[in-house]
Amino acid sequence: MYKQFLKKTIVVVAGCFVFASCAHVKEYQKSRLNDSEMSLSSRKVEKNELNFESYREGASGANGGKTGGGCGCN
Amino acid sequence: MLLHAFAQTTATDSTIYKSRPLKLDEVNLASSYYTQTGDHSAVMGGQTGVLGDETVKDFSNGIDLKFVGWGAHQQKHTFTAGLGIDYHTSASAKYVSITGASKTGGSRIYPSLNWEMDNQAKGFGLGAGLYYSSEYNYHSFGMDFQFSKKTHTNGEFSAKVNAYLDQVTLIYPSELVPGSKTTTTTTDSTTITVYTTASGRTITTSSGGTSTNSSGEKYHIPTTPRNTVSGSFSFSQVINKRLQGSINFDLVAQSGYLGLPFHRVYFNTGKDTVENLPSTRYKLPIGARLNYFLGDKVILRAYYRYYTDSWGLTAHTASLEVPYKITPFFSVAPFYRYYTQTAAKYFAPYEAHKTTDQYYTSNYAYSAFTSGFFGVNIRIAPPDGIFKSKLSALEIRYGHYTQTTDLLSDVISLDFKFK
Repeated sequence: MYKQFLKKTIVVVAGCFVFASCAHVKEYQKSRLNDSEMSLSSRKVEKNELNFESYREGASGANGGKTGGGCGCN
Repeated sequence: MLLHAFAQTTATDSTIYKSRPLKLDEVNLASSYYTQTGDHSAVMGGQTGVLGDETVKDFSNGIDLKFVGWGAHQQKHTFTAGLGIDYHTSASAKYVSITGASKTGGSRIYPSLNWEMDNQAKGFGLGAGLYYSSEYNYHSFGMDFQFSKKTHTNGEFSAKVNAYLDQVTLIYPSELVPGSKTTTTTTDSTTITVYTTASGRTITTSSGGTSTNSSGEKYHIPTTPRNTVSGSFSFSQVINKRLQGSINFDLVAQSGYLGLPFHRVYFNTGKDTVENLPSTRYKLPIGARLNYFLGDKVILRAYYRYYTDSWGLTAHTASLEVPYKITPFFSVAPFYRYYTQTAAKYFAPYEAHKTTDQYYTSNYAYSAFTSGFFGVNIRIAPPDGIFKSKLSALEIRYGHYTQTTDLLSDVISLDFKFK
């Protein structure tokens, strides 16, 4: 029951962040957002980590890595 | 005078957009060394001890060449040609032969081609990719198509469809090779029987005696298909000047031979067999990222994923990486990743499956476990290049991974970007 509550809380909080206060940010105000380490994707250097995780764990996907197929992984 | 004003010819505007041909824009070199120890090898049905040795060492290298050109109407075209080569050794592979005489090393080569078109005037993009992977027991051909569209409120939606058409080579444990044979009768009434072994060699026997094919003429080891189709969807949004996030999910459908033919399962009777998994699997991972620029020097990169599939496995992943910018061009980022999963419904440990089970595996990747992965990422990217060279960025990343199944691994990766 605690896990169900935690799941719902995470979804609601994430939703609030995304939808509640999307301020209009002008291009000249994006200096911090455009920093390479603010990128919303895995780093290129993480590629091999995503690979070994797909072999050693049952879950995959939703992270820019493989979702299945392309290798003898899970 | 008024007529003279209107008679002026306009000077050619040198900033008017022009097409530009493809030019090499960036080269990425990546190298990674992975080493692992463990004690529940799937090749030996999840046994522990010497027979369960899961020691693996993997050395992988890749190069990407990125070419950029501009077409009409502010369309930026990017072509990326990639090549990856991995070499690995796996202690458990020697027990594909029950005597422990099988090869432990192998290599994999995987080229790729990608094209992306970004229409900066209209705010949409298209892309396509082709992928190939080849290793001794597995061959894959893949392709994808993608579309993206920016919104007027600093958001972006993207969708990708991807398919992999794979062939699994049916290399069975030596004692479980199906009794593959063909028998023919020659004109002089001699009966010739040809047996195919796990290594693909043929042994020819004729009535009254036996002989071995002297050249070990390679017989084609049969293969069987494994197909994967997926749709990936992503929405990202700038929330304020310091915060942006994204939500992604995939819909994945797999069909065909979804196990590996050299994975053994030992029943509770002691008899061994090849693992048997269903021929379909549906997966649903849902992930979210949130990145926040705290102050002037610290970034918080958070990630969470929920996963569920039709084999009864559910998993949660959460990670946090905290880049600290020592200077604007040099950062150190410690990270931690937590992962937990329930067991798939077809998993049971060594000698726990019943002979009446329809599907069975003792591959501990499908067991219930928790893992932790921590490490550090260092990034150096001065604006004029490192030591004023073409090397524009260097990243070094180290991580230590542990599972509650007693699997441990270390990985160190390097990435060089040349511009």
